[in-house]
Amino acid sequence: MEKWYLMTAVVLIGLTVRWTVSLNSYSGAGKPPMFGDYEAQRHWQEITFNLPIKQWYFNSSDNNLQYWGLDYPPLTAYHSLLCAYVAEFINPDWIALHTSRGYESQAHKLFMRTTVLIADLLIYIPAVVLYCCCLKEISIKKRIAKVLCILLYPGLILIDYGHFQNIYNSVSLGFALWGVLGVCYDWDLLGSLAFCLAINYKQMELYHSLPFFCFLLGKCFKKGLKGKGFVLLIKLACTVVAAFLLCWMPFFTEREQTLQVLRRLFPVDRGLFEDKVANVWCSFSVFLKIKDILPHHIQIIISFCFTFLSLLPACIKLTLHPSPKGFKFTLVSCALSFFLFSFQVHEKSILLVSLPVCLVLSEIPFMSTWFLLVSTFSMLPLLLKDELLMPSVVTMMAFFIACATSFSIFEKTSEEELQLKSFSISVRKYFPCFTFLPRIILHLFLFSVITMVLLTLMTVTLDPPQRLPDLFSVLVCFVSCLNFLFFWVYFNIIIMWDSKNGRNPKKIN
Amino acid sequence: MAALRVATGAGNWFSALALGVTLLKCLLIPTYHSTDFEVHRNWLAITHSLPISQWYYEATSEWTLDYPPFFAWFEYALSHVAKYFDQEMLNVHNLNYSSSRTLLFQRFSVIFTDALFVYAVYECCKCIEGKKAGKELTEKPKFILSVLLLWNFGLLIVDHIHFQYNGFLSGLMLLSIARLFQKRHMEGAFLFAVLLHFKHIYLYVAPAYGIYLLRSYCFTANKPDGSIRWNSFSFVRLISLGLIVFLVSALSLGPFLALNQLPQVFSRLFPFKRGLCHAYWAPNFWALYSALDKVLSVIGLELKLLDPNKVPKASMTSGLVQQFQHTVLPSVTPLATLICTLIAILPSIFCLWFKPQGPRGFLRCLILCALSSFMFGWHVHEKAILLAVLPMSLLSVGKAGDASIFLILTTTGHYSLFPLLFTAPEKKNLFLIGWKLSTSLAWGLWKSSVNSYSLSPPGS
Repeated sequence: MEKWYLMTAVVLIGLTVRWTVSLNSYSGAGKPPMFGDYEAQRHWQEITFNLPIKQWYFNSSDNNLQYWGLDYPPLTAYHSLLCAYVAEFINPDWIALHTSRGYESQAHKLFMRTTVLIADLLIYIPAVVLYCCCLKEISIKKRIAKVLCILLYPGLILIDYGHFQNIYNSVSLGFALWGVLGVCYDWDLLGSLAFCLAINYKQMELYHSLPFFCFLLGKCFKKGLKGKGFVLLIKLACTVVAAFLLCWMPFFTEREQTLQVLRRLFPVDRGLFEDKVANVWCSFSVFLKIKDILPHHIQIIISFCFTFLSLLPACIKLTLHPSPKGFKFTLVSCALSFFLFSFQVHEKSILLVSLPVCLVLSEIPFMSTWFLLVSTFSMLPLLLKDELLMPSVVTMMAFFIACATSFSIFEKTSEEELQLKSFSISVRKYFPCFTFLPRIILHLFLFSVITMVLLTLMTVTLDPPQRLPDLFSVLVCFVSCLNFLFFWVYFNIIIMWDSKNGRNPKKIN
Repeated sequence: MAALRVATGAGNWFSALALGVTLLKCLLIPTYHSTDFEVHRNWLAITHSLPISQWYYEATSEWTLDYPPFFAWFEYALSHVAKYFDQEMLNVHNLNYSSSRTLLFQRFSVIFTDALFVYAVYECCKCIEGKKAGKELTEKPKFILSVLLLWNFGLLIVDHIHFQYNGFLSGLMLLSIARLFQKRHMEGAFLFAVLLHFKHIYLYVAPAYGIYLLRSYCFTANKPDGSIRWNSFSFVRLISLGLIVFLVSALSLGPFLALNQLPQVFSRLFPFKRGLCHAYWAPNFWALYSALDKVLSVIGLELKLLDPNKVPKASMTSGLVQQFQHTVLPSVTPLATLICTLIAILPSIFCLWFKPQGPRGFLRCLILCALSSFMFGWHVHEKAILLAVLPMSLLSVGKAGDASIFLILTTTGHYSLFPLLFTAPEKKNLFLIGWKLSTSLAWGLWKSSVNSYSLSPPGS
């Protein structure tokens, strides 16, 4: 069949899966008084529509910040305003000030689900399709297969369409993807503009900001800081400043406004972590309750140091040797470092790591598929809370089957294909018998999958013991954290040893 | 590890397709289901709780048993699994009972029995060959056929949303067609006989089977110009075919014959009191006929040619299932529809008898029989279009001309299933997406059918 029919069919399959998942229930359905994040989204439409801009981020009688106060940057607020205009056209009861609290109906659910689908269709899906079509190194069939696998990634679908937790993740991820596209293909200004929009949509995109910064800086250096590089630097700076000004214009009028927005975006009063997350700090607190032992500001300093130190090598490498491939891998490792070591990380921040991993799906299919499965598994407690067991299992299996048949992942586990060749060669200089790396990795994969399946079964069928009611969630987080640490080491190895391959071709063989 | 490698190798696209669509069916579990859900729950209850003598007499619920006995036995077998899910659903008096476990069980039973359909598709794929072997996976006729059949949008809508068991029944039909292609005529005949006693709607295509088997199986040879050679008639073959049909029917209707319940069974199976058109009109000839009648009556009333007192108040468009009289045009009786259907299938039957073209000719005749019965039959459901769409898929990977007909048939056929999803608009979105998917697939097929494939059984 001709290729663009296949592409259409693939996109439609992605849409079908998204829509069927959205037929399930959402977070906080029918649970007063706070309901869930679905109610938060509806509430933001109510606030942005009925109140003037100056009051959006402030506590007032009309706007109780304790009841789902706005805590995302202005672009989210503008988007909510847009949706509110549509809602007002259809049924003003949905966003009436005060009286619409906890409003739940079939029509409203349909409306909210549709806004997510439209946002997805306009921003995220075209970015994915365009990204895969521009990949010149792989065959057309593989490009279409890649689009299918990325669109079937369960984590994003389940969070945006099932759980409804802070939906529109696809918008910020889509903008970030446009940014990656622009920057990789030398449309630097447009790319950085798109990425600024991403940051102004959800502040968690800052996890990706360092690689963007280092990559663009490296490009400027390469062009020579005296000439073209300097011009590029100035142009980029102007673009970024202009983008931020545009988004924050209503809030720059008063200093108090800006500060309040920043206070809402970065709640440093909260602790090192909240709830259970597959993070180093949460897993460490299984053994040692650091949250209670150390004072607050020490916690911040420690997490800052760890995060910074862990992402430094990759970023320096990227600045010195900017390349699109290095850029993508640095996105992965930077986001992963932030996820593992940073402050107040939420479970769904793993999506920020999953997006770059999706991008390198065709280069390291086996490890990427493994990572993406673990990332969805790490959100299991969150998904089970919303009775999304069936969709989770089904989408994970569908994703696995799609990746396995499209990329023949189990045939691509040699050292070369895992991009570990130069690393193994370096190690073999000291330990000549180090040839068993692929086999170890395969066994680790099997072990990891078996553990995940067992834990899922246990969480669903058994009741936790009385003394440890959170046993299964903690176990899930712990196991996922171990997996993530392994991946962090793996991706950093790829980045660091990639340069040696490029710099000293004669030393190989 | 090696097993994993083999299992997920790129060559195993068929399993990937089958598994993929099964997973999609699992995702469709929480969607809307129609009254057919309650119908099947009621039949589970009837067959489980009551003795055989009561099955066709039980009328606590309005959804009485109106499928042949084999289907009743099938429900009986299912009910023995059902009791482990939720005992309450097997109580005849629990009308409209639909706990989450009941829903899960029913949905899973449809998904599970679709395994027969997957097997049938596998057998059908064996029957087709591409002239240009190898090359792109997506251009291989086997791949295209598997996609068209396994991911058939109409079947997904009717079986997994609206709720019916057409998957495994269509599987039986496709399997019997495949057997005829593979020259295993006895098995094909046996499978079709069994199918008839599962769901008697397949009587629509029985003439094609009868004539084909008589002409191409009982007459073992042809004259050089293709016409019939009377002295090659094999009495043995005719007797064996007859014996198969007789034995299957005896197994099915035997118990009811012994209980003297045959008239009751037949009245349940062929309810002519239900009226010319179903509650939702199937897009067939009588729908046009009734619409014309309505238009003419409105015009007649406007122009004062008709007496308002003589025009009946209720009409065919009210969505009820009853018998009606037409106002302007002559009323239609079941006999009239039968005659129209017979006239419609006569040309293809003639061709099948006088100029047999092997299994492909049979398939064409089958499709025409299904379409003719759809167009002119009495009380046709719109789901009956699937009877024509599925075999047409087999034919469409054969020739470019068939592919273009298939494109029209599948697009309009699936579109006509729209009223089945008449509730919440969210389902309509799903329908639109799925319909666009199936249309684009069919379009892709049509575009790529410039290569000519040959539809022939292996080794002929």
